[in-house]
Amino acid sequence: MKVATGTSILKGIAIGKLKLYRKEAVETGRASSLTPEEEYARFQAAQKAAQEQLGQLYEKALDEVGEDNAAIFEIHQMMLEDEDYVDAVKGILDSQGATAEYAVTATGENFAAAFAAMEDPYMQARSADVKDISRRVVNILTGTGAGAVQGDEPAILMADDLTPSETVQMDKSKLLGFITRGGSTNSHTAILARTMGIPALVGVDFDESWDGQLAILDGYNHCVYVDPAPELLSAMEAKRRADLEQEALLQGLKKKPNVTLDGTEIQVYANIGGVGDVGLVLQNDAQGIGLFRSEFLYLDGDDYPTEEEQFAVYKRVVETMAGKKVIIRTLDIGADKQADYFGLDHEENPALGYRAIRICLTRRDVFKTQLRAILRASAFGTVSIMFPMIISVREVRDAKEILEECRTELKTQGVPMGEVEIGVMIETPASVMIADELAQEVQFFSLGTNDLTQYTLAIDRQNPKLDAFYNPHHPAILRMIRQTIEAGHRHGCWVGICGELGADPVLTETFLRMGIDELSVSPAAILPLRKRIRELDLSRPAASEPLDGA
Amino acid sequence: MQQFTYTITDPIGLHARPAGLLVRAARALDSTVTIRRGDRSVSAVELMNLMSMGVRQGEQVTVTIEGGDEEASRRAMEQFFQENL
Repeated sequence: MKVATGTSILKGIAIGKLKLYRKEAVETGRASSLTPEEEYARFQAAQKAAQEQLGQLYEKALDEVGEDNAAIFEIHQMMLEDEDYVDAVKGILDSQGATAEYAVTATGENFAAAFAAMEDPYMQARSADVKDISRRVVNILTGTGAGAVQGDEPAILMADDLTPSETVQMDKSKLLGFITRGGSTNSHTAILARTMGIPALVGVDFDESWDGQLAILDGYNHCVYVDPAPELLSAMEAKRRADLEQEALLQGLKKKPNVTLDGTEIQVYANIGGVGDVGLVLQNDAQGIGLFRSEFLYLDGDDYPTEEEQFAVYKRVVETMAGKKVIIRTLDIGADKQADYFGLDHEENPALGYRAIRICLTRRDVFKTQLRAILRASAFGTVSIMFPMIISVREVRDAKEILEECRTELKTQGVPMGEVEIGVMIETPASVMIADELAQEVQFFSLGTNDLTQYTLAIDRQNPKLDAFYNPHHPAILRMIRQTIEAGHRHGCWVGICGELGADPVLTETFLRMGIDELSVSPAAILPLRKRIRELDLSRPAASEPLDGA
Repeated sequence: MQQFTYTITDPIGLHARPAGLLVRAARALDSTVTIRRGDRSVSAVELMNLMSMGVRQGEQVTVTIEGGDEEASRRAMEQFFQENL
């Protein structure tokens, strides 16, 4: 048995024979015996066939991996019909009497080199796309196909690298998984494989002599076992079966209501930290976004993001969610998590320092820019605003006043806006104690259990020495959550949890019994949580009472 | 001739997809559309050239419309930029 390691892009297991995926080296002779006009006609025919292939790939990808991921093939189509690209090919044909194969290869390489030389990493990556389309045309010209090398038997492919189009094009019934020598976990190919649920490792230094040998690809442990021992093989086969059952179960939950056996309904939302996560939200069928962390807008740049920049991002997320609720948390940064241009002083104790709403209320221009952008985005869907780190009623009133000011300004300018629900994060012990008063100011509460736990237990979660003292299920936390839910409900607020505790299956029943209205968790935690909810029966007596005992 | 300036708000700039959409939108017009950033200008129907300009978020481009129904073309282009970039 041999073992090789790499970086896993999907927690899953594949078992099967390894198959070396060798890209056919295409010989492209330079000199043509045809006239330039005849070669150009060959090129045009191949270009047309390639467009059709890309159209089919787009449809296939749309079905399998969704619109955002499929867009790459639409871009390939546009590149292939680009006038410069076509002119460059024609130029080589006319001036050099070359074959269409040669002209397309040379053109692809020239454009790829130009993109590779650009500063922007996004544009550098487009270099692979130009090569990909050129290769497609050459394959059509020479009659070479990608299908032949995949083989007839289901297999785990070994390749130096795979392009996005190769990945989507493959016959999924024969693709158990793949390992590649190059590639990154963020490449388009990795994203596609993850979306299609194909176990894969990148950065594996494999040996070509493994071709044809039985192997286990273990995506959990980032390794591949070649010619595995029989005990390992049977253990992994069992694990794979269990995975498949679990996956089928979870997929079956999509589009089903989040309701317990006794009929209690609850909203399951997703937490996101950027526009890129929205795809995952929809894929996992969340009912809304319960926490849209807006910090990335500030942390990624060299200067304050403008109203237009923020508006563009919020609008995109809100539009993509198509009417489902999007709760945007206003700026939550402090000395421990800041951008240089904020010029915040170093603090001994940033968790208790100048941060979040405290910055917003003292630097009103920064706050107003964000609020205006959010209000403008509210015209495109369902938007809620949530203020972080609240400890007093005064802060909420001030924040609301500034929001109202922005609304009036925009109204005067004739800018369209939608209804916006207002809520606060409950993440300080103070806010729990005054929840009754806070509830009269807002429409909802969202419990930020990470900070609430840290502030309540006086434990810094970054400090590993404190692990022995840290209990995320501490009754103090659970009682605070119950108190918050009760106070909220007394005054007509709905109450949710957007901290990590919300995804903890051990507590789902406890939260539901307390009357929680919404749980917002990371996209990957949505389906397991929904499964848990649908298994619960609150009409039966609780098995245990975690609020007792300390 | 009609002209307007626009500051790119899209976080990744004038990247592949909007550039492709721009080409389609510009082709549908009966006017010639040119995009200028600094001292470099390219025709709005040339995808690779547009992309290779590498226009980033926060940068300003000048859009020039010539020939045909310039007024209608300018309105169409302004709307396109606001919605997509």
